[in-house]
Amino acid sequence: MAADATTPPARPHALRRFLDSDLGWSFRRSPTAVLGALLLAILVISAFAAPLFAPQDPYDLSQLFVDKAELPPVWVQGGEWPFILGTDPQGRDMLSAILYGTRVSLAIGLASVAAAMAIGVSIGLVAGFFGGRTDMLLMRFADTVLSIPTLLVAILVSAIFRGLLPAGIRDNFSAVILIGAIALTGWVQYARTVRASTMVERRREYVLAARIIGVSAARIMRRHILPNTLTPVLVAATLNLGLAILSEATLSFLGVGMPVTRPSLGTLIRIGNQYLFSGSWWVVVFPALQLGLIVLAVNLIGDWLRDALNPKLR
Amino acid sequence: MLAFLVKRLAEAVGVMLAVALIAFTIFRFVGDPVELMLNEQASQQQRDELRERLGLNRSVPEQYFAFVANAARGDFGISYRNQQDVFPLIAERFPATFELVIVATVLSLLIGLPLGVYTAVHRKSFLAQTLQFLSVLGVSLPSFAVGILLILVFSVTLGWLPAFGRGEVVKFGWWSTGLLTKSGLTALVLPAVTLSFFQITLVMRLVRAEMLEVMRADFIRFARARGLSEPAVQFRHALRNCLMPVITVTGLQIGNLIAFALVTETVFQWPGMGLLFVQAVSFVDIPVMAGYLMVVSAVFVAVNTLVDMTYALVDPRLRVDTVGGGHGR
Repeated sequence: MAADATTPPARPHALRRFLDSDLGWSFRRSPTAVLGALLLAILVISAFAAPLFAPQDPYDLSQLFVDKAELPPVWVQGGEWPFILGTDPQGRDMLSAILYGTRVSLAIGLASVAAAMAIGVSIGLVAGFFGGRTDMLLMRFADTVLSIPTLLVAILVSAIFRGLLPAGIRDNFSAVILIGAIALTGWVQYARTVRASTMVERRREYVLAARIIGVSAARIMRRHILPNTLTPVLVAATLNLGLAILSEATLSFLGVGMPVTRPSLGTLIRIGNQYLFSGSWWVVVFPALQLGLIVLAVNLIGDWLRDALNPKLR
Repeated sequence: MLAFLVKRLAEAVGVMLAVALIAFTIFRFVGDPVELMLNEQASQQQRDELRERLGLNRSVPEQYFAFVANAARGDFGISYRNQQDVFPLIAERFPATFELVIVATVLSLLIGLPLGVYTAVHRKSFLAQTLQFLSVLGVSLPSFAVGILLILVFSVTLGWLPAFGRGEVVKFGWWSTGLLTKSGLTALVLPAVTLSFFQITLVMRLVRAEMLEVMRADFIRFARARGLSEPAVQFRHALRNCLMPVITVTGLQIGNLIAFALVTETVFQWPGMGLLFVQAVSFVDIPVMAGYLMVVSAVFVAVNTLVDMTYALVDPRLRVDTVGGGHGR
């Protein structure tokens, strides 16, 4: 990080620099990490470029092919182009629905991890820096959050906020509610990690020096201590991204997440689950596989990152 | 020692009071309980009577204390949806969830332990690497997707196992068990496998990590020097020293499994507490939601406290109060 300031202006491409670094070396040596990264790149690009090539815009109800409802995938008898993965009983093209759903799932996953990280890092910094009663109060609060199973908290938060909003506008806010519900249960881990490192860092000489020249507490926390506590936070964030995507899918599956008009992968599985016994297996199998693939890709990268940044395993 | 136990108990009570506060807040402030309990034709007098009976005219702290006192006696109020007492509703469905969770835990140990030992001992072998990769796959597939795929294969396509319900149950007083009838057992297979899926990978990874540490210890070398067979070294000496963390984590996970069972129960329409909760959520049946939150948290907190206390009894180092944990690092 610190090397950035001294690097000459004409520096090599960022990707090149990454591959030449220690981390890059261990990345290249790990087949699972490369596999994960490739998989994730394909999934992300295909999802966000979906409007360019997907056969249908699943959000536009006028584009549903009612006469082509419940078509099987093309390689099964009765399948038709361009519905590669078939259509659901409402005439929605599965491939388009999955690609758009992947966007929703990824966006909510990323946003909730970012929100949890922001909350957790702030609380951890404040608790570790000030110590004493502030620390005790904040950490007791964290303990209480941890003493209720996280899934339960997320469901309750999501259900209550949906209950409080009038039915008409509820669906517009489902993404925000979901992000809040997942972030509210996920911040504790970051708070604990950052608090532990902050308690060590705040006694270091550079912090003392900053204090002596009159830097404010807020600035010391943000500019001096924070960068030195981030490595474990980033590892935790990568591993938690997979969990956050799964939480979102679980909540949507249970019916307290994304509505059918803006389906995430979890919502698609919920819809598909209703046709389980009708023989239309593709309506549920493909969204489930896509979900598994995304989380697998993220977990492969997270596992590698955890080992690569762990000095004990070098 | 006594001081530690008392302190730990006091903490558990504190957490339960906090959970009760959350449950109370949900009950009291999410919508007006009176409006939710009465239909639209109710007269003003009926409303006032109910308001008085629920104690909603008293001050909020008083109401909270009444709520806690009632909850401690197992009175969580009346379900909005079917006008029944909440506690018997939950109690009636508790055995189904409990059996599911216990069977899933046993399954995860039976499968996870040997796999963990194998992947640790034959770390470089192809099978061990494959298993390790599959375990990442295991944590990546959400449990409801696993359940749905299992139903598709074993119920819809092959028709071997039932896809929903609990089969026939036998009653012992208020407890109902599905473990004694054939239909109960076959109905249990798919939900238990689904619920234990994640748990198996967890146990396997934990055992593997612990085994890798222990296998490097001196007493393992001595055991080998004594000429003991390799299985004896691995299972009698090494594994035994890994069991403590495995048992702790498995114990702590029971609370999580009870909460996670609600997803499995939804997929398989398993008549447990979790399904009751999910249905309550969709009908905004707040007393049932609050009651379920209290019951599950109570189990969760009780398990955590018991595990901590057992640990303190077994490991004297933990009796010293280490505030802040990581000092000196």
